[in-house]
Amino acid sequence: MVSLLDIIGPVMVGPSSSHTAGACRLGLLARNLVGGTPEKARIELHGSFARTGEGHGTDKAIAGGLMGFRPDDERLRDALEIAEREGLDYAFEKTTIADDAHPNTARITLERGERQAVMTGSSLGAGRILVTEINDYSVEVSGGYHTIVLIAEDVKGSVAAIATILAEHGINIANLRLTRKARGGDAFMVIEVDDVPGEGVRDEIRALPWVRWAFRLDKVSA
Amino acid sequence: MYRALAEAIRDAEQQGISLARLALETEARDQGRPVEEIRGALQRALDVMRGAVEQGMTGELRSASGLVGGDAAKLRTGPAGPLAGTLFRDVLARALAVQEVNAAMGVIVAAPTAGGAGVLPAVLTGLAQARAIPDDAVVDALAVAGLIGAVIAERASLSGAEGGCQAETGAAAAMAAGAATEMLGGSPGQVGHATALAMQGTLGLVCDPLGGLVELPCVFRNATGSAIALTGIELAIAGVEFAIPVDEVIDVMGQIGAEMDVRYRETAGGGLAATPTGRRLARERLVQLRRR
Repeated sequence: MVSLLDIIGPVMVGPSSSHTAGACRLGLLARNLVGGTPEKARIELHGSFARTGEGHGTDKAIAGGLMGFRPDDERLRDALEIAEREGLDYAFEKTTIADDAHPNTARITLERGERQAVMTGSSLGAGRILVTEINDYSVEVSGGYHTIVLIAEDVKGSVAAIATILAEHGINIANLRLTRKARGGDAFMVIEVDDVPGEGVRDEIRALPWVRWAFRLDKVSA
Repeated sequence: MYRALAEAIRDAEQQGISLARLALETEARDQGRPVEEIRGALQRALDVMRGAVEQGMTGELRSASGLVGGDAAKLRTGPAGPLAGTLFRDVLARALAVQEVNAAMGVIVAAPTAGGAGVLPAVLTGLAQARAIPDDAVVDALAVAGLIGAVIAERASLSGAEGGCQAETGAAAAMAAGAATEMLGGSPGQVGHATALAMQGTLGLVCDPLGGLVELPCVFRNATGSAIALTGIELAIAGVEFAIPVDEVIDVMGQIGAEMDVRYRETAGGGLAATPTGRRLARERLVQLRRR
């Protein structure tokens, strides 16, 4: 359903909702995967991101997002200089990610201390985004909710166990998607929630013996 | 939100309320948020719009490529043309100002998109200033603009890549025309006619920015879009009616967009982008950008 505030908004740094605001949101989501501003970032730009990204400040927007700047933050304009000053070692490359990839797609590879992560996502227009791959797993994350993403062994009762943890912390589930490649194979869960999940929630989920990894992604869109 | 403007107009008439109130109450119900919260968000949007107008008027901004900037200030300080000191010239200046801010990576409200972000602030804040209209009424007008934009999003498109510039500055002009008509005391029916009258004037408009950048002609399309919005307002308030119902005008905008060659949908493959000078400027400026 179209919201009035989707039409009159978002408030953003120009010039393009898809090339600038959406790109910034991809950076904002990606930083969650390494728990903060990365030390090293390699950003591969595909399609229109590669062709017109420089003129639209796509590079600045993604770098700014990686440093935690939101789409309406005027520091985005100087994000590359700020990144150099703050010690974010970035490199942009133009590439073809896949022939059928969305025209505005970026693959972001990050390092922070011991942590590494790779995320692929697209900017769909009007600032909306869709993350399609995290660390080689296919996902669908829109950033419209606080999101918990996890990979778990396919054990009985896994959904109930996680729902219980969330309920104990007073967190309401908005959407839950469970996918797995094969019976008994790894299960992939994307849980979108209405309330901000604290680090305690993430840690409890990570402590479950059958959870391989779990991330908490901030809500980045209205 | 509504899928047909005719239904919204009918409901507003039957309940004897403004389209703004109808839009705000519908949004509150849809999203489960109080009306006051939605009004607060729209007030913040209005504040950002005013800030962008002010920033753009200084004439100190240049876009990343250097293709646009400084023209809004010319309308304030340049030689007095035949329209100097009029509302019309002020609205044009405001439209250029916001879009110059957008091209220079300043803060704007994408309404409905970044590429068409100059029209609503130009028309609404220009008229509000000229007629001393209070912020509450301008916020109401933004709600009406949101209602019209939501209907266009449902029935047609708000993306230049999908529907050409008619879906961006054209949609913005239609939203601004309808919104301002209610702000100036027009009835819900007149809002519908103003919207249709503005939109008919932008049907078929292509999206052809140089180098694919939201700069040229986008900055100027926001000025001409504002002029078309003013046309719709003036005609509708005078009682002029458009014979094709507004929802049908919106539908046909969507159909024209779907049938539009891909060269005319934000790909820089046709239109002004593909003129000899358009190609040369885009090439030169992009080389310059890479050197920086």
